[in-house]
Amino acid sequence: MDTISQSFALALGMVAHLDPRLTQIVGLSIAISLTSTLCSAAIGLPLGAAVAIARFPGRGPVIVALNAAMGLPPVVVGLLVYLLLSRAGPLGEFGLLFTPTAMVIAQTILIVPIVAALARQIVEDAWVEYREQLRSLNASWRQSTATLLWDTRWSLLTVLLAGFGRAASEVGAVIIVGGNIDGVTRVMTTAIALETSKGDLALALGLGIVLLTLVMAVNVGVHLTRQWARVRFG
Amino acid sequence: MGDAEVIAGLPIVAASIAVVRRGTRVLDRIDLTIEPRSRTFILGANGAGKSMLLRVLHGLIAPDAGSVTWGRQTTRPVNQAMVFQRAVLLRRSAAGNVRHALALAGVRGSEARRRVDDALARVGLSGIADRPARVLSGGEQQRLALARASALEPEVLFLDEPTASLDPPATRAVEHIVSAIHARGTTIVMTTHSLGQAKRLADTVVFLDAGRVTECTDAAQFFAAPRSPEGRAFLEGERL
Amino acid sequence: MKRLVGGLVVVLGLLVATGAAAEQPFIVVASTTSTEQSGLFGHLLPAFTKDTGIEVRVVAVGTGQALDIGRRGDADVVFVHDKPAELKWLAEGNGVERYPVMYNDFVLIGPKSDPAHVAGGKDIAVAFEKIDKAKAPFVSRADKSGTYSAELRLWKDAGIDIAKAKGPWYRETGSGMGPALNTAAGMNAYILSDRGTWLNFKNRGDLGIVVQGDKRLFNQYGVMLVNPRKHPQVKKELGQKFIDWLVSPHGQQAIADYKINGRQLFFPNAGTDS
Repeated sequence: MDTISQSFALALGMVAHLDPRLTQIVGLSIAISLTSTLCSAAIGLPLGAAVAIARFPGRGPVIVALNAAMGLPPVVVGLLVYLLLSRAGPLGEFGLLFTPTAMVIAQTILIVPIVAALARQIVEDAWVEYREQLRSLNASWRQSTATLLWDTRWSLLTVLLAGFGRAASEVGAVIIVGGNIDGVTRVMTTAIALETSKGDLALALGLGIVLLTLVMAVNVGVHLTRQWARVRFG
Repeated sequence: MGDAEVIAGLPIVAASIAVVRRGTRVLDRIDLTIEPRSRTFILGANGAGKSMLLRVLHGLIAPDAGSVTWGRQTTRPVNQAMVFQRAVLLRRSAAGNVRHALALAGVRGSEARRRVDDALARVGLSGIADRPARVLSGGEQQRLALARASALEPEVLFLDEPTASLDPPATRAVEHIVSAIHARGTTIVMTTHSLGQAKRLADTVVFLDAGRVTECTDAAQFFAAPRSPEGRAFLEGERL
Repeated sequence: MKRLVGGLVVVLGLLVATGAAAEQPFIVVASTTSTEQSGLFGHLLPAFTKDTGIEVRVVAVGTGQALDIGRRGDADVVFVHDKPAELKWLAEGNGVERYPVMYNDFVLIGPKSDPAHVAGGKDIAVAFEKIDKAKAPFVSRADKSGTYSAELRLWKDAGIDIAKAKGPWYRETGSGMGPALNTAAGMNAYILSDRGTWLNFKNRGDLGIVVQGDKRLFNQYGVMLVNPRKHPQVKKELGQKFIDWLVSPHGQQAIADYKINGRQLFFPNAGTDS
């Protein structure tokens, strides 16, 4: 209990004084998780929509695989990306290991299944409503996926939020491919891991409180946006 | 209404159409011709297969037996449109919905803007062009669906019980719009529950009973003296 | 859709730009958790950057993993504390030359209750014997780190075949020094730690130093450049500058100057035969 109250005090202190190391770490965390979310959206939304609409042999197993991949263990993904990006690995020549880019790559791989699987569900439900009308209007597959993705945009925002939450809170992948380098690849979660391992539990928990507040704020923002959209667009 | 180059997708000829669902013949050996510029109404009891027949004629559903040809084409022509019982509208403005349909048909820019404005004006929705389509009333939504369809300048317009969920004033508005669309050269194929509506708008009646066409005749003729026992029974029942 | 792709390109571009903007020359050093978690790097590296303008990016993992990172060519320099492992690594052609840099010592940490009665002793082998006899809880890092290698050597010195003798009292956590200390604090167990990490460690519970000062607890650190002939992209000039600085009088003095609570942690000994 003592540690917990200490942590709240620490957290408030850090935020109030805009501790420069804290702002650097928070900024990097947001940048990396946001970039991963956007990359995953670019890949996962069209993928999910395509699977929702297309009918092809093996569609059932693909959907099962997508849903299962939502539970990919971050540390395993981190290890695989590490082996890929290491100088000794196939993509070594790009020198991406221990950089924020490697962290974005690892997190994107983790989030794409989440975005694709959830988008598929949402788009498929919308497809049931729009299918006949879109076919009557002679929409091609490509036009139909684009139409559905835009039409379900507010629900998809929640999907992206789920992806962002996963990215911002994972540590297993980014600590391996980023190396937790001070000032370069240290983010909130890896900083918490480091302070914990140094036994500075109050500071670790304080950072944790800041992280939770951040994720909470993003959630509230999205929720309010959806309320507004519901009223505005029906 | 269309360029001289557009290959006419009329008449629509259905030959020995059959549609089977779960072992039952929902449509059975149907032979039917939709003539250019006609106003054909498909009548029948619930479950007779009206909606199914409409979709086969529009090309949304492929028959399990027999064939449909549109003019000389064996594949569905693009210049047809369909309006459903409940308007299917996107989460956009009213004008946006019409623009979207035109974009799908490859019409953009100033030509699209012109058609959107004209289509909305013809159905009396110019005032709410920028309102989100899904917050409109049922009647307004159906008029918007008609505006969208007419903006495409279709050769044939299919309507599946478009006024079934509307009140009398909204129903009348829709009927006026359908008449106006027909007056501009579009062929109409429609289903309805309302005999009054059919009497007001139809020039041809197709009567379906349990998936079979028992009558296909001039509307006045059908309402005065139906030739088939099923047709007669249907009109008797309605009079009760 | 076009807007989404456009936005993505902008963001990626920003990321690349920030990466490019940070184009101060830098090297990647694979080192151990003890050098980072004791706070030494926080003190030493800014001094080096001030002198040379070279940024040092430290990936702090266990000795085993640090040597593996060097073997793969993912770092320019390795800075660890396990001489036998380092020499083996050199023999395999992974590095250029080994320079001793500094030493500190290990200490045996134990609970106040001291079930094995080792507190105050000066002989680490005797202490280990007593712990084994008492089957007192003992936390081992068991993670190919320099500390773990030292621990194994000490069991051998005590005449104990730990692979056979270990029982439920011997807890192998497979983790870094900090997490292992956390575990030991939680279990009230004995644990071998480097003095630096211990002095900087905050979650001590009932633990304290019980044995220290034995010559066998001596812990030597060495630094090596990754072999540029094996990995052409290694920054050999910048890396060598770092090594040269560490063993220079200026660097050695900076190491000696690092103190926690007035107590010096690391003792420079470059140029010696360690």
